[in-house]
Amino acid sequence: MAFFDLNFMQNTTIKAWAWVHKWSSLVCTVFMLLLCLTGLPLIFHHEIGHLLGTEIEAPPMPADTPRVSLDEVLSVARAQYPDRVVQFASPGEDDDNLWFVTMTPTPEPTTDFRSVVVDARTGELLAQPRFDEGFMWIMFKLHVDLFAGLAGKLFLGFMGLLMLVAIVSGTVLYAPFMRKLSFGTVRRERQTHVKWLDLHNLLGIVTLVWLLVVGATGVINTWADLVIKYWQHDQLTSILQPYQGQPTVPQAQRASVQQSLDVAHQAAPNTKLYFIAFPGTSFSSPHHHTFFLKGNEPLTSKLMWPVLVDAKTAQLTAAPQMPWYVKTLLLSQPLHFGDYGGRPMQIIWALLDIASIIVLGSGLYLWLRKRKTAPKAMTQTNNGVNA
Amino acid sequence: MSARKPSSHFLFLWAWPIVLGVLTAVGLVAALFSDDGWGDVLAGICLAIPTATGIWYGWLRRSPRTLPKAD
Repeated sequence: MAFFDLNFMQNTTIKAWAWVHKWSSLVCTVFMLLLCLTGLPLIFHHEIGHLLGTEIEAPPMPADTPRVSLDEVLSVARAQYPDRVVQFASPGEDDDNLWFVTMTPTPEPTTDFRSVVVDARTGELLAQPRFDEGFMWIMFKLHVDLFAGLAGKLFLGFMGLLMLVAIVSGTVLYAPFMRKLSFGTVRRERQTHVKWLDLHNLLGIVTLVWLLVVGATGVINTWADLVIKYWQHDQLTSILQPYQGQPTVPQAQRASVQQSLDVAHQAAPNTKLYFIAFPGTSFSSPHHHTFFLKGNEPLTSKLMWPVLVDAKTAQLTAAPQMPWYVKTLLLSQPLHFGDYGGRPMQIIWALLDIASIIVLGSGLYLWLRKRKTAPKAMTQTNNGVNA
Repeated sequence: MSARKPSSHFLFLWAWPIVLGVLTAVGLVAALFSDDGWGDVLAGICLAIPTATGIWYGWLRRSPRTLPKAD
């Protein structure tokens, strides 16, 4: 407590924190501005999709309309791209009358993918949307990996860590800057930079916990690929022992995927299919169809259970519990996206995102101004604190 | 200010930030445990308060009270 009181906070301590705040912010600010700007449309990606008409809807039919076999759906998808393989298949997020099938040249991770949307009831080809082009794709890639794959993700993750350092150091500096000002003071009648310093402090402290959470969960998300890789190594190695030395199961030898899906649902009742990873892809093994199932309660619907079904025999191999580190990753996703509390939460996410842009921009402005006029100007604005 | 006891000065500085921080945290967690239910409403309210606080002090409030506190 005393630590946050200026009476106990030495001038050198403040200087040290100011140094940390300055450098951690300066290095990451440009990238954080980019993330805030590209994140803004991503908050509303569903709504933007509807507006642009790129959201696919299944034609209305009675609720009890029988569904075609998943194998039929997959063959429709394969017929569109005979030279590609199925990497993933998933029911529509909002409408499970749709099947989304992702087709790639090989099972390896790639950005070269095609999507085929098939009606789950009729097996009719509904659309072949391109998710890998257009405005939202550019926003998404800039936000996630700067078009640089894993290296880009990890780089942005490191910038995110610096932002967390900037938030913590900024919070420590809030005390000396605000010690004589009541909460929320914005000295508009003073010079421009004083007003912006006050706004920086106000919006910084108001967005503090939100930005810490969104920042930290964003950093965790950048490690997703590595976490999944580690999970496969950690948990699947022993399960896959009997298959050692066998190649990826060829298409011709694979059992019915519909039958495998039924096996998975029997192994994990009261769950909903999230997606299917096909043999040899990054989320599966070379020898399995892996079904990722979600719970149907609020909290468990954010988690996933993998069920591995032998690709040749359609027999259940394993349904391992996800370890804590994968659960942490999964729970950190909604906390980053802000997509778990309806429309009001989306709007608040956008407003707090804009507030963060102002914090970043004003911080940059204050630094540029201080550089031009230092050291005289800051001494008068800080209520005697030499930052 | 120097006449204040350290504890009251701590509250003078940190009472609002702590309240807003706790509200934000409660809001973020509440919606995780609900699907279109009370948790979402609670989350909306808890997160709206810090947001509204920022807008109010940052832009809407225009009064002589914005003058620095005389010490």
